Order: sequence, then structure tokens, then C-alpha cells
Amino acid sequence: MSDVVLSVKNLSVEFATEDGSVHAVDNVSYEVKRGKTLAIVGESGSGKSVSSLAVMGLIKSSNATISGEVHFGGQELVGIDPEEVRKLRGLKMAMIFQDPLSALHPFYTIGEQLIEAIQVHEKVSNSEAAQRVKIMLDRVGIASAEQRMDEYPHQLSGGMRQRVMIAMALINSPELLIADEPTTALDVTVQAQILELLRDLQKEFGTAIVLITHDLGVVADMADDVMVMYGGQAVEQSPVRELFYTPQMPYTWGLLASIPQMHTDSLKLDPIPGTPPSLINLPAGCVFAPRCAHRNSVPDGLCLTTRPELTTVSSEHAARCHLSVEQRSEIRISRNIGKVD
Amino acid sequence: MSTPILRVRDLQKYFPVTKGTFVKKQVGNVRAVDGLSFDVMPGETLGLVGESGCGKSTAGRSMLRLLEPTAGSVEFDGRDLLAMGKRELVRTRREMQMIFQDPYSSLNPRHTVGSIIGAPFEVQGVKPEGSVREAVQSLMERVGLNPEHYNRYPNEFSGGQRQRIGIARAIALKPKLIVCDEPVSALDVSIQAQVLNLLDDIQKEFGIAYVFVAHDLSVVRHISDRVAVMYLGKIMELTTRDQLYTAPLHPYTHALLSAVPIADPDRERARERIILNGDLPSPSNPPSGCVFNTRCWKATDRCRTEVPLLREISTGHQIACHFPEDKSAQGQSTVSGADFTSH
Repeated sequence: MSDVVLSVKNLSVEFATEDGSVHAVDNVSYEVKRGKTLAIVGESGSGKSVSSLAVMGLIKSSNATISGEVHFGGQELVGIDPEEVRKLRGLKMAMIFQDPLSALHPFYTIGEQLIEAIQVHEKVSNSEAAQRVKIMLDRVGIASAEQRMDEYPHQLSGGMRQRVMIAMALINSPELLIADEPTTALDVTVQAQILELLRDLQKEFGTAIVLITHDLGVVADMADDVMVMYGGQAVEQSPVRELFYTPQMPYTWGLLASIPQMHTDSLKLDPIPGTPPSLINLPAGCVFAPRCAHRNSVPDGLCLTTRPELTTVSSEHAARCHLSVEQRSEIRISRNIGKVD
Repeated sequence: MSTPILRVRDLQKYFPVTKGTFVKKQVGNVRAVDGLSFDVMPGETLGLVGESGCGKSTAGRSMLRLLEPTAGSVEFDGRDLLAMGKRELVRTRREMQMIFQDPYSSLNPRHTVGSIIGAPFEVQGVKPEGSVREAVQSLMERVGLNPEHYNRYPNEFSGGQRQRIGIARAIALKPKLIVCDEPVSALDVSIQAQVLNLLDDIQKEFGIAYVFVAHDLSVVRHISDRVAVMYLGKIMELTTRDQLYTAPLHPYTHALLSAVPIADPDRERARERIILNGDLPSPSNPPSGCVFNTRCWKATDRCRTEVPLLREISTGHQIACHFPEDKSAQGQSTVSGADFTSH
């Protein structure tokens, strides 16, 4: 399987704090293939960003413990010299962030920052690098690129800055792009432009994308596969259609029932009661059990005492839930979630 | 439903742009709100939707006179709000309240929740039945907070709970109108749905009218009876929710709706969308003619010179456009020049 660009196995990230240890990411495994998009969905504090920062080797705090395996480009990244990971960053793997203004250096021009992104990894002359930057800026849809190269980040609009970030991330044609909420700070019309751009560039360069988002609309639009995270764990993993049409995990049902839809009239939303768990004090059983409406359907209070394993429903679809597959489809039908054939 | 609770006409709010460090000279205006006219009926929800910088929040504040409007008129419950003296204005505020976006900065961190929710009684000198404390605790219960947490501070609550505190404060004096400024956009989806349902229930219970300012079109669809779409300080289209979402007539509305991704992969990937070129122009230097002409695929010379007025083209459907979309050809690519894509 040379198609697999990134393979993460049993990744855990823990932060030691005064109040106890924070299990930000707990035993997460996933793969991303060339030219495909994996969406990681979750609410704040679900561990979706931390898991990706760990992959990029961007967790530097001394109180963090990272364990598990991250295979990327034939290399094992967990535990190797940070300098080795730094060499990969920006060259073979790149990341774009939610807020492009704080991710760009305010004192350097756009051109200088992009040229540096090339020259850090490759010995090329200034003029050649500048030429490549210009081509890339054109490619991401920045008009009059040559002029823009002399401008500073604050002179650009939010959408423009995100285009610059994308240009910087893709300038060395990386195999993997991690996009952490890339459109959350943007208006919808600009979001549509940026998503379109990411899709085109992915087709052109065959980049594997890990897209971190909380927006299920963006997931439906962009993803090939989806991983739903809750309380630091992957609670459901599946191809995108199955996630929306035959979701298996009560948390996923809750998410789908919580969003107002553009194309149907939802008279009453069906929210998930309660609030997400504290990552210091995770429940002993299923992390979602305290908010789950269906925990009493499982005998012996199993949901509150035993953490469910990630079990497969089909070859590519897995969920962490004690409910039987039959129970799940009954509940889905009665709550009218997903597509009921 | 006879007389509107809020009647806004030609509302303008300009912010001066100045130059110079010591001697400030006015060199222009940011036309944040540039001539809004609409009515809000008792008990209904008017959604005010648009992208950042379109002036929707400024509009929300100006109509309560939290910002002093530059021009125009605002009538609240038949009374001219802009002609009121300070004392009368304060008294009128009893009946019109606001809920803010950021549940972190809109609550004083040094006050207990009890005193935050009880503040309206104190400020307005209203004596509730029983004690203020009882009233506050019943409000807390009403919005889904534990009344025993009366003496806690805002930092002990989560974002969703803080928004409930803001709602309890807003409904304390049973207002007739609440302006909700992006009340759920700082919240996670599962919490957002809880707060939207709460707002719904409270409206039904107390018959409050909402002006719901938001950028999220699906949230606005969920909560509104009528919707006004704003762009660069002006209303582009105003009509009932169903009309707006099923048959938008303004090209901007059409583009805006088509930009929202739908949480349904098959539908999402099959649908046609309009990708607008470019960004929002600066409100300090708006384009001449129709403000949308720089991004509109239908723009002609007329659009670049002549400002389209907001006019009623069928009952209850107002639109500011020289060339409205053809209802029968909705979704067809009768246009050229814009990027219509599907994949």
C-alpha cells in the first residue's frame, strides 16, 4: 500500500498539569491516502487539533507525553530527533491554520515569507525563488501577484491571507497538508472560494489532506473519510457517505440532529444535553455515556463502567458503542437520522 | 398583528474617518449602515444576515440607540426613540434588550451571576413579586441553569451556560423586543442547538419579538420568520423565510445561499454553486451605483451608476436590484461570467 501517505497508530498525547494528567488524545489510529481527504470532526476540546499538531511534531511543551506511531514517507516520526521532523515540515508536510493573520509574520512581506519557505529547504537563487512564488500566488488566485509580494499581511483581506497561507503550504508540493479549521474565520462566500481552491489544488498535486473542522457542511463537501472525535477519542471512523447516512455512534447522531439544515425545515432541533467531559476527569465507561440518551438500552450499566472498543461495522466503518448493530439501526430509524431506506 | 413593535426608516450610521495626530481632520466616512428601512411585528423574528463588515451588528446597536444613529428614524412601540431624552430612553430600554455574541466579555467577571441577572431590576427600579433573589432564581431555572449557582461567578460557567445567563438577564423585565447579536456563533454545535431551542421557547412563552443578527444562514433559517439580507450597509432583499430560501431574487442572496455547504454529501456534491469573485469592498469607499456590482455577474452599466432602491416586487417581498433573478429559471445557468461549478 504505497498509496498511504500518513499512517497513525495508537497515538496518545498526555499533558501533565497540576490538577492531574490531561488525556488530550487517547489511542487514535488513522490513515490518509494520496489525493484523499480525511476530515477530523469534533467540538472544542475533543483533541482534533492536538492530534494533528502531534503528527507535525509541533507539540513542544515539556509536560507533554506523546506515544504511539506516526508513519510518514517511510519514516517513524514519534521519538525521532525534532530536527529531522523540522526538515520534513514545509517540504513534505505542511499545515494551515484557522487564523492566517497570526500565522503570518507581521514584519515581513508576503514575498519574503514565501521565498524563505522555499529557501529553507532548497538552495535556489532569490530570483528563481521569487519566480516560483509568483507562479504559486497566481495559482491560488491572488490577482497582481508581483505587487502583492511586496505587501505586508495586514494589507490583505482574510480570504487573501488564507490564500497566501495555502500558497506557502503548497509551494514545495508536500505530500500531506493538514488544514486546521481553514475556513472557520472566513465568510461563507469566501469559504466557498477557499474550499474550491483546496479541491482543485488537491486534484492537481495529489496532496493528501487532513481537514480539521467542526462544520458538518464542510465535511460533506470535502471529505472522503471522516473521523469523529469526542473526549480525546476517535468515536466513529467511516467513509463520508456512511457517516452521514448510516451513522453508528450516538454522539454522531447528536451532532447531525443538532445542526439546523439549509434544505429542510427543522421545527425543533434535537440537541445533545449536557456539556463535553473534562479531559482530566474522563468518565470510566464510554466517554459519551453521561450525555447519551441510549445508555439505558445497554444492560448492566455497561456504558458507565466499561469503555467500549472501536468495533467495526463494515470493513471501513468503525464505532465505539456498546449498542448492538440492530439496536443502532432501530434507534436511527425512530429518530429519523441519516438516510432510512 | 397590526402595528409594528419596531419601525425603522432610512437608518444611517456613519463613523468618521480622521487623519492627523494632533489636529484631527475628517477625511471620510465608513458607511456602516446606509439607509435601512424595515418593520418588526410583535412576537416575530426578523433575521438580519450578511457577511462580516456588512453592518448588521452596527444596525442592531443603532436601532436600540446603543450607538447614536447618524440619520433616520426609529419608532419603538409607536414612540420616536431618537427624540427621547435620556431618562425616557432608559425607561424604554426596559422593553427592549440585547443578547451579545461573546458570552465571555459581556458578563462582568467580578459580579456574581445573581447580581448580573438581577441588575435590570435594580437599574430600572422594578420590584419583582417576592424578592429580587426569588425572581432571579426563577429566571435561572427558566433558562436551564441551576438556581443554587446564584452566588457563582461567570468564569465558573461554560460558554453555553454563560449565554443562558445573558438570556436570563435579557428577559428579566419581560421586554417586547430583544436584539440578539450572533448569540450562538461562539458555541459548539451541540450547545448551539440547546440555546436556539431555548430562544424559541422563550419567544413563544413571552411573545417577544427578536431581531436576530447572524452570519450563519442555516441558523437564521431555523429561527426567523422573515429575513433581511445585508450587503455593505444596505438591505439587498427582505422577505419571508420560505421565499428567501427557496426562491431568492437578488443575485447576492442567490450566491450567498449557494455558498453554504449542506451537511448531506450526495446533495452537497450534486448541487450547483455560484462562487463569487473577490472580497467585500471597503465601506469607507463603496462602489457607485449598486454596492454589489463589483462582484455581480449580471452587472451592467446601469448597475454601476444608478443605485437600485429597495422596492416591493410582490407582497412582502422587497428587493434592491435592477435585474432580479428570474423565478422560473431559478438554479439554471441563465447567467454567464460567474463561476458556476458542481463536482
